[in-house]
Amino acid sequence: MLRLAGVRYRYPGAGRDALVGVSLSVDTGEFHAVLGPNGSGKTTLVRIALGALSPLEGKAEIGGRPSHEWPRQDLARMVGVVPQREDNLFPQRVRETVLLGRYPHLSLWGRERPEDHAAVDRALVACDAQHLADRWLWTLSGGEYQRVRIARALAQEPRLLVLDEPGVSLDLRHEMGLFELVRGLVDRSGLGVLMITHDLNLAARFADSLLLLSDGSAVASGAPGDVLTRDTVERVFGWPVALQTVEGRPHMVPLRQSKESRA
Amino acid sequence: MKWTLLVVAAALALVASVVLGPAAVPLGELLHSDIVWNLRVPRALLAFLVGGSLGVAGAGLQALVRNPLADPFLLGLSGGAGLGAVLAIALHLSGPWALPIAAFVGALAALALVYRLGLIGGAALDPRILLLGGVAVGAFAAAITTAIVSLADAVELRNAFLWLWGGLSSASWDAVLVVALYAPIPLAVLYAASRPLDLLALGEEPAGYLGADVAAVKRRVYLAASLLTAAAVAVSGVIGFVGLVVPHIARLTWGHRHRVLLPAAFIGGGALLTFADTLARTVVAPRELPVGVVTALIGVPVFAMLLRRWTIA
Repeated sequence: MLRLAGVRYRYPGAGRDALVGVSLSVDTGEFHAVLGPNGSGKTTLVRIALGALSPLEGKAEIGGRPSHEWPRQDLARMVGVVPQREDNLFPQRVRETVLLGRYPHLSLWGRERPEDHAAVDRALVACDAQHLADRWLWTLSGGEYQRVRIARALAQEPRLLVLDEPGVSLDLRHEMGLFELVRGLVDRSGLGVLMITHDLNLAARFADSLLLLSDGSAVASGAPGDVLTRDTVERVFGWPVALQTVEGRPHMVPLRQSKESRA
Repeated sequence: MKWTLLVVAAALALVASVVLGPAAVPLGELLHSDIVWNLRVPRALLAFLVGGSLGVAGAGLQALVRNPLADPFLLGLSGGAGLGAVLAIALHLSGPWALPIAAFVGALAALALVYRLGLIGGAALDPRILLLGGVAVGAFAAAITTAIVSLADAVELRNAFLWLWGGLSSASWDAVLVVALYAPIPLAVLYAASRPLDLLALGEEPAGYLGADVAAVKRRVYLAASLLTAAAVAVSGVIGFVGLVVPHIARLTWGHRHRVLLPAAFIGGGALLTFADTLARTVVAPRELPVGVVTALIGVPVFAMLLRRWTIA
């Protein structure tokens, strides 16, 4: 459904390309994770995939149509996004913010219909957040807030969900809960997921396929076991690691630097 | 309940401004009085339309530049309007509409300049650039205005200044008609942008991902709010505080959803300005206070009270 082929992009005035020759394909019922060090092009990749930027070379398509040509309202019925950051300019309750996800389904002058409120309820239930519906956003914990933001994206009733580093600053329980939630959405409702994350281990554990970026190029892509090799991880992140296997998936453990290389 | 109170307050403000005034008109003769029909009624209606327009323009601009301090006049319009009015007087343009048209043209010129600045370097109406551009253009226009004033005959220019900071004493049925025909267009544009404005509170990128055409919304809201303000300044001068305080009072009472907020800001702004104008022309009768003084004197304490309730809750 989402297809990137040989994408190159350079920000205006930048000295080097932010992305070179990157390809990626995400279909419904698949969980893809994009990994890489800071500044490796992960967020640029998402912006191009969603048509916020258009590639200088190559193609970015959603449903067979170039991403940047989609009218935003039509695209929002197809793709839900949980951005890394957003503002809360005015105080707001959980149900109100999830209802914002219905915007792409509403006509210019129309009121919210019963089916819109039903979609909000379903989204809250899917994210195990129905008990939060009447809370103010600013009273939520970090983990609850992320669930609510995912619920808002689900209220769009999309076929593809894009998450930009959703697990940052969550504790163990909430971060695991979040990945379980996303995996469950993929398995139960056939959603396609594209997630940007720093967490190699959780990505390897939950995702079907990984794309590892370094300096704007794809270093490796495919099944977690093929992408997370000791050689690749050490090269891309510039740090010695050991790789183990946990629950059938690769698990990376960073090592202390040896005395010689520290000097 | 809140709506009932608001509508009752608006109705009371309109009635009071027709009944009260420096000239004593017996209640029984209200409907037959020339003073009432030719002075008080058009003035009350104009105050309501201008106040409502400023309230809506302020609410829209605050959401657009995502800054609670935004005021309809912050984006350089008052400076442009002042320059237009002073030029009209320095050039001895005459006629009842010379000043309003000159002020309107000046405001439009400032609007065009700020809008152009907002597009520099592909910035697509970056709120920060709009705010900086508005302040800069306003200051530039004020400098030219002051230069003209310092070179010209002081007596006639005093009138221009009084008129600019003045208020609604020049109200007429013609002015009411012009505003009543003109204002609904930008008001409808702003109301139609209610939902995307809700989304914009999350930031431009998240709003886009939720389906808002952010660039188009910003363009529409900026132009509509500015055109409303330009008309308001043309018929009544620069009336402060209505466009700043009324949207906040409406937000604190009705929440931030623009579907509800904008109508509340319109009625609230209209009621406040009508009431303030009644006070302005009665408390020191037969002289008049500038209505902006009264809007500030009423608006700020009300705002402070609500703010206190909000922080406690």
